[in-house]
Amino acid sequence: MNSPELAASTIRSMKRSPSSPRTLFSSIMTAVAFLCAALALIPLTAVIYYVLVNGLASLSPSVFLTLPPAPGLTGGGFGNAFLGTLSTVMIAAFISIPFGILGAIYLAEFGGDSKLTEWINFFTNVLSGVPSIVVGAFAYAAVVLRTGRFSAVAGGIALAVLMLPTIVRTATEALEAVPKEYRQAAIGLGATRFQTTLKIVLPSAIPAIVTGIMLAIARAAGETAPVLFTASFNRFWNSGLSLNPVNVNPFTYLTQGVWEPTATMSRLVFDFATAPYKAQQELAWAGALVLVTLVLITSVLTRFVIRRKR
Amino acid sequence: MMTEAQTLPQTETVFRTQDLNIYYGSFLAVKDVSIEIPKNKITAFIGPSGCGKSTVLRCFNRLNDLIKSFHIEGKIYYHNQDLYASDIDPVEVRRQIGMVFQQPNPFPKSIYDNIAFGPRLLGYKGDMDELVERSLKQAALWDDVKDKLREMGTALSGGQQQRLCIARAIAVQPDVILMDEPCSALDPISTLKVEDLLQELKERYTIVIVTHNMQQASRASDRTAFFNVEANEKGQRTGYIVEYDRTEVIFQSPRHAATQEYVSGRFG
Repeated sequence: MNSPELAASTIRSMKRSPSSPRTLFSSIMTAVAFLCAALALIPLTAVIYYVLVNGLASLSPSVFLTLPPAPGLTGGGFGNAFLGTLSTVMIAAFISIPFGILGAIYLAEFGGDSKLTEWINFFTNVLSGVPSIVVGAFAYAAVVLRTGRFSAVAGGIALAVLMLPTIVRTATEALEAVPKEYRQAAIGLGATRFQTTLKIVLPSAIPAIVTGIMLAIARAAGETAPVLFTASFNRFWNSGLSLNPVNVNPFTYLTQGVWEPTATMSRLVFDFATAPYKAQQELAWAGALVLVTLVLITSVLTRFVIRRKR
Repeated sequence: MMTEAQTLPQTETVFRTQDLNIYYGSFLAVKDVSIEIPKNKITAFIGPSGCGKSTVLRCFNRLNDLIKSFHIEGKIYYHNQDLYASDIDPVEVRRQIGMVFQQPNPFPKSIYDNIAFGPRLLGYKGDMDELVERSLKQAALWDDVKDKLREMGTALSGGQQQRLCIARAIAVQPDVILMDEPCSALDPISTLKVEDLLQELKERYTIVIVTHNMQQASRASDRTAFFNVEANEKGQRTGYIVEYDRTEVIFQSPRHAATQEYVSGRFG
């Protein structure tokens, strides 16, 4: 009779006791973690809030079509800067995407463990850590001084240097993530290394590579330092561009316009935010909103691409 | 450790290895392989894990070339051509000697494109639709997939995927099909289907199959090589062929005690 009672008394109650030190500590830590997360969100939401409130007020379709106002005047827009950002980013993409992907293919598929691979990896890491102002200075020395003028090309080259490490790294990871079974299957069927890479490995890795490229583009579009003294600024339309569609000439733009100083959104925001005139400050807010939206659209597109892949 | 190469096939020989030693760096993975693989027969490689049966198999289509430290001593002849001679193009070798892997590995493409991949590489000029149909029929997969050729090969069941891989290997019209434990990832019913398929395929192709499954070797193969492994004083494990003979002999009256123990399930 004794032993069952004894056994029962040794089993502790399993009821929740809110006042026990362990439960208290756990609750407090949960609250602290929640608070930290909320605090971390404040700057982000504040940025978006201010940009939205101030930007929306001065945003109108006409800002995409008109030129920045002369100091003291009102109205105007940043049509040239919007196109300037698009074209510098496109130039950058045209340079960095082929180099980045081919470089990644070498690293992931052909380099193996060679010394060259190690060095490329090392310098890619170094490059991704180089401050963007230094990249701007490099493009200034390498392109602007040589060609004797600020230009969209110089800005594009600076941005390309900035995008390259991101693209190389994400593309290398994407290629390395392709199951080796695919490679074996292709090689077992008598494909050469090159055919295997081109027809099997690369297509499987494309969604992830596109993601990397989009992120690189989103980052490049918002960069100010590299375009500050490479693309510089222009209050007018570049040759070949105009408000009047009749005067738009892609050929002139590609042969002349890209070699002229070019306004970009980030540089416009930088200049106008600190300008003493209200019209320009308002344009800076609108420009900031457009930049944020561009980055947001890129992120959403990226997610869309990733989701379609799965 | 004796090999019975001399007593072996009367039919035409597809592969003949001569004192084959396989190394990874300085590590001797497999030693003293001297066997002949007969044409239009199914030859099974059995043995415990790590005995080098897959390693030997992958020498036959030079797939081991992908491993940097790999090299061989001795010779492997394929219809009297030295497979490892310096003027042999491994890509050409793999076009004649197909391979089916342990894990079904269809490409992330449509069923049709999976089959057409190899022929397209070779610049096949004939009727691709017909070739795809014929390959799928030979692999006993046509009835399962004929209405969904545009669907992803990766969406099929495991057994279907493996038959797709066999069809893909057949599509380039190889001379030999190497199979590296093709059923180890499959359920018993799919396994039986693949085994039935092997019997049909051997009419046209020479098949070498590595298997862990002794029933499979005894059911499906004509010849069996039993591999074993021994460790040297440094603990490096080197595989070798204990016995190679007709499958009935290996399973019913093997000459070596180790073979007897293995096929009766006492170790391995």
